[in-house]
Amino acid sequence: MKSIVHRVIVLQFVFCLLCVCQKNASAQVADIVKEFEQQRVALIENMSQSVVAIFAPGGAGGGSGVIVSPDGFVVTNFHVVQGSGGFMPCGLNDGKVYDAVLVGVDPTGDVAVIKLLGRDDFPAATIGNSDELRVGEMSYALGNPFLLATDFQPTVTYGMVSGVHRYQYPAGTFLEYSDCIQVDTSINPGNSGGPLFNKDGELVGINGRIAVEKRGRVNVGAGYAISINQVMNFLDHLKSGRIVDHATLGAIVSSNSDGAVIVKSILSSSAAYRRGLRQGDELISFGGRPVRSVNQFKNVLGIYPKGWTIPLSFQRETERFDVNVQLAALHRRSELINEAPEEPQPEDQPEKPPEDQDKPFEVPNPFHQPPKDEPPAEYAHMFEEKAGYANYYFNKIARERLMKTVSDWGNFKAKPKGWALAGKVTNAAEFQIRFQPDLIASQFAKDFAVQKLDSDFTDVPPGSGGLLAALHQLQQFLSAPEDYFTDFYYLGSEPLDGTGPKTDVIITTRGLVSTRWYFDQQTGTFIGFDTQLEEYVDPCVIRFGELQKIDEIQFPTVLKIQHAGADFAELQIESLKFYEPQQEAQE
Amino acid sequence: MKHLCWILMCYLISTSMLQAESIPNVIDGVQPKVVKLFGAGGLKNLAGYGSGFLVSADGHIVTVWSHLLDSDVVTVVLSDGQRFYGEVLGTDSRLDLAIIKIDSQNLPHFDLKQAVSVGPGARVLAFSNMFKVATGDEPLTVVHGVVSSKTELSAKRGRYKVPYSGPVYLTDAITNNSGAAGGVLTTYDGKLLAMLGRELQSEESNTWINYAMPIPELQGAIEDIIAGKFTRRDPLTSTNKPEAMFSTLDFGIVLVPNVVFRTPAYIEAIQDDSPAAKQGLKPDDLIVFANGELVNSIQNLEQVFAQAIPGDDLQLIIRRNEELITVTFPIPRK
Repeated sequence: MKSIVHRVIVLQFVFCLLCVCQKNASAQVADIVKEFEQQRVALIENMSQSVVAIFAPGGAGGGSGVIVSPDGFVVTNFHVVQGSGGFMPCGLNDGKVYDAVLVGVDPTGDVAVIKLLGRDDFPAATIGNSDELRVGEMSYALGNPFLLATDFQPTVTYGMVSGVHRYQYPAGTFLEYSDCIQVDTSINPGNSGGPLFNKDGELVGINGRIAVEKRGRVNVGAGYAISINQVMNFLDHLKSGRIVDHATLGAIVSSNSDGAVIVKSILSSSAAYRRGLRQGDELISFGGRPVRSVNQFKNVLGIYPKGWTIPLSFQRETERFDVNVQLAALHRRSELINEAPEEPQPEDQPEKPPEDQDKPFEVPNPFHQPPKDEPPAEYAHMFEEKAGYANYYFNKIARERLMKTVSDWGNFKAKPKGWALAGKVTNAAEFQIRFQPDLIASQFAKDFAVQKLDSDFTDVPPGSGGLLAALHQLQQFLSAPEDYFTDFYYLGSEPLDGTGPKTDVIITTRGLVSTRWYFDQQTGTFIGFDTQLEEYVDPCVIRFGELQKIDEIQFPTVLKIQHAGADFAELQIESLKFYEPQQEAQE
Repeated sequence: MKHLCWILMCYLISTSMLQAESIPNVIDGVQPKVVKLFGAGGLKNLAGYGSGFLVSADGHIVTVWSHLLDSDVVTVVLSDGQRFYGEVLGTDSRLDLAIIKIDSQNLPHFDLKQAVSVGPGARVLAFSNMFKVATGDEPLTVVHGVVSSKTELSAKRGRYKVPYSGPVYLTDAITNNSGAAGGVLTTYDGKLLAMLGRELQSEESNTWINYAMPIPELQGAIEDIIAGKFTRRDPLTSTNKPEAMFSTLDFGIVLVPNVVFRTPAYIEAIQDDSPAAKQGLKPDDLIVFANGELVNSIQNLEQVFAQAIPGDDLQLIIRRNEELITVTFPIPRK
């Protein structure tokens, strides 16, 4: 009896306590709110470290950027660095000015990468996943709106995600914001290129565009950020120092009255056509996402660099097709290089990208003297001009890094020019392949094939996609790539064959023949290559097995050969001999 | 007893720390009830797109009465991308209100009776198709803010003073953007508050105001229009007309009583010595066209007369027996 009374008293006490707490909570700020505020202050202090204030030459104009890795790579908008030349001064919130060099640009997607110089431990942002964002979540935009940050402390604004996977038409230029994030977080001129963080402080977007209409170029509640997932797809392409291009399927699609997305026209030279897509087919999904409107289709297309292979599902009558399609380049090379996007013309469209070159505002010059125009002497070598490149230097060093792996196979350059490859075709007969200075010849069981090196490369042996031509490219790649190939550059990275692990890609061309050479990003191993005899045909695909030691060199134990989606042959390599070609002639 | 203690404590703690449903989930719940509208416009400063919200399961949509509805066809696109042709059921120019009807069933919708009222400081969400960002099945734009005040509207558009001067919510969320009018303002848990207003400027300061019409102000008119028993109470047909507003009576035309929803414009009587008498109009004539526009109803005709410009001509085409006769009235300068 006593214990029950005791318990009731305790309960009543607890009641009172809770009531009092409630009452107090309304009079002063609850502890939980104070705690949240402290967390937010700490989060902002953390995020602010990775925000870069980018200054255009002369001190007038510029924008923002965000550090994505400790070695100093910074992501920003193309229109922020356009016209800045090779070097630009940048401020971090430690109050210091750092030199930065231009690395690569993506004019269509409005992204650019620059590299801060002088340290290898820059505070980098944590990369988030923009596909996980939901409308209604809060977000932070940090940057330099109205160029207020003369002390390099970024301005911080806080707002809500208003829409995801939005498509914004190119407005007067060819800047297209596909699959972008829409926010009511206040974004103004000067925020361009700066980061959009999610509520946990992870980088999810690059702010670049705002809707402007009747109030002039200021925020009206609709800002757009390029999704970080798109930027990450392009990152290695941008680090390759090139002017990067976007992708096309080679087809035009439109919505019919039922809301289905139908192929209106398709280039017969496109990879999609070769995989079976035809006019009138209905698209079901693309890149793993359902396609229910033309905007959704463009959203998927806009986030991939050219050359990536991505899955496509389509329907004809009642039959469904699932294929993997390699995306072609959206622009001709000359378009990208010569046509630098102009100032957007005022059109009757509410949206325009904020161009920071014509600032209507009074801009305080953060430097008391005009900043020097010449690059700092110690870094001058890090910028090399070359047609088609934003900064050829970075392409050179990426290529050299990968070719080191190739040189691990051995010194093929020192070997005689005649090669004799022999072995067994899996589950079939023996084979021999002879590499001579004027031709390559093969013998598979009783079938002979010859590819003369002074005539057009053709599909020999038939059905291989040009195996002999491909092997010739390999021989040159191993022994004398800089002499043989007209183009020889690092492209960027992509998932191998669309779904595999991330691989670095080098591209070589000679005449009409182009080859893509693949290196696993994780292990650095040289894993294979695709040789295309000309632009609109399927390549001969070769993948290497384990390496084996043959005298002083290494060579794969197996060559797996495929063409047009089907296996051609698997060659077990038993020997690779070298000989002076004159010896053969004498025999 | 011990169990009872714990249950009670847990209940108290949970109620005191009651978490609202997450905003993304609230938004997902509202999106099916709001629609995209496409109609007349598409010229500079006159957008051809707008927003609206469903208030019945069979497709009554509330929106603003605006130039968008000037076209013959208003296209309504639901949150799942389904397209309908909407018919303007009725309008109330005094409240800037219009009801559109589409032919459907079992549609998710707002229950007007469950609309709430809030005061300054209340957090709000605004759903709309501002800047036509959303097409097809893409969801509407959602912005957030607080109610800055609940006050009386004093606004204009250009030089035209807006007739409504009743209560409105002003927010710090920027809702004064093209295409936003007709969208909804809700609380943070998705309860209906108000209809987003048009792109108006404050009479005092000339600045663009972000305002919304509270549902209680609109509810009566909405229900009347839907029920088909709406009678116009706006200045267009009342006796206190602003200057230079004409009616059929000014020309000596007495129409039949306007009792049904769309009373055809039959002439009941012609006043002696009036312009109509001089032009030869007779009782039982049916006015079919006015200034080239089809006359659907007496309401329609009165609108054309009300908008007549002094010094201009007013052309009527009437049907008498099987003949069509054209008459033209010069509109007098007052």
